[in-house]
Amino acid sequence: MAGGQERILRRRIKSVESTKKITRAMELIAATRVVKAQDRSAAARPYAEMITSVILDLVKVGAAKEHPLLQRHEQARSEAIVCISSDRGLCGAYNSTIIRLTEREIDARRAEGRDFTLFVVGKKAQSYFRFRGFPMDHVFLDVTDQPTYDQAKQISDALRPRYEAGEFENAQLIYWRFLSAGAQQAVVRRFLPLEVEEDDPTARELSADLEYEPSPTGILNELLPRYVEARIYSALLDASASEHAARQRAMKSATDNAEELKITLTRVMNRARQDSITTEIMEIVGGAEALAQGKGSKEDLLVDHLMPPHAFPENLDRTDHTSAHH
Amino acid sequence: MALQVELVSPERVVLETEADMVRARTIGGGDIAFLSGHAPFLGALDTATITIRPAGGGNDIVAAVHGGFISVNEDVVRVLSDLAELAADIDTERARRAEERAQDAVRRGDDTEAEAALRRAHARLTAVGGI
Repeated sequence: MAGGQERILRRRIKSVESTKKITRAMELIAATRVVKAQDRSAAARPYAEMITSVILDLVKVGAAKEHPLLQRHEQARSEAIVCISSDRGLCGAYNSTIIRLTEREIDARRAEGRDFTLFVVGKKAQSYFRFRGFPMDHVFLDVTDQPTYDQAKQISDALRPRYEAGEFENAQLIYWRFLSAGAQQAVVRRFLPLEVEEDDPTARELSADLEYEPSPTGILNELLPRYVEARIYSALLDASASEHAARQRAMKSATDNAEELKITLTRVMNRARQDSITTEIMEIVGGAEALAQGKGSKEDLLVDHLMPPHAFPENLDRTDHTSAHH
Repeated sequence: MALQVELVSPERVVLETEADMVRARTIGGGDIAFLSGHAPFLGALDTATITIRPAGGGNDIVAAVHGGFISVNEDVVRVLSDLAELAADIDTERARRAEERAQDAVRRGDDTEAEAALRRAHARLTAVGGI
């Protein structure tokens, strides 16, 4: 009975051990992915910074600001919501936070009687919203593990023309902002209409004799769509880095828990084994006691069969007593 | 004094070097070359090649760019492009196949997308010197 319990515990310890190995491996993989995602984020920054500064310069020299991406479409009944979740779980509250934030935004729109259009990135948000019957206009999968600029472009291509056509009043991005490996923040960011800060007195003076080919407005019209893409791309990179960081944390605590569980189970198992040994000893001792007590009177004892007196002739007091029978 | 050249795509900085001359093609403006001391300039790029003549001699660096921008200010030349590929990184065979595919599509009377693909393939092949 006791031995059975020990065996069950041993099996559980083994399974906890192999789970621990898996979570440890996932933790290490996630850790390298965080670094990679950060590198990509850093590599993407020069482009984003340059494009931003060029746009600011253009607006300052008086490029036309009538571009639809710079307009808030007051007459539009709908708003675009881009929700960036992950394809895989095992990353703590990463997805549930994003989904909760998105749902809150949706509820707010509904309360105001406004319409919304959902652009979903990642399998987790997709299955959540599909199960609850939310209409999703576009779903993008296989993105957040390692986002590429092409994928950001696809999202932008799905959203931007409709915004330009005046279908959405504005557009929000909901994603995890990556601050550092230890800190991320789920944010709701409005990214359309683009806001250009003007009249910054500290801005460097632009030479008025700047040459343009084609006109400033023509260049701005080419630039703005790319700026939208760059914004989405940087959000994707942030989300990706945050996802891996969240997974690393979740897997680390899973590994720690497995370690703790293993220690506890080992302790329980050792106690069970000790218990069964103690019981056995008690039984043997008890048996021996019984033997010692019954030595004088009881004749048909196992010990006597095992140790027949003729084999131990020197054991005289015993010989005297039992030889009569044999 | 040499020009400071940065070739930047959204995903990374493709090239950072010093050059004596940079030649690019802008939308509607044709080819334009920049030497040291050029007036400030901002242009939208066509799908074509960019030629960079390295400072202090050496072979020209050729890259295919598919749209994007070039800004010149105080001897700093910045090229921003959705897709910027150095000639060394271009798979000639693949570009050739893409060109054939695009030509077929254009012959069949397909849309502007096929024409854009053809232009991209041309730019790549020009960059590697295949045309």
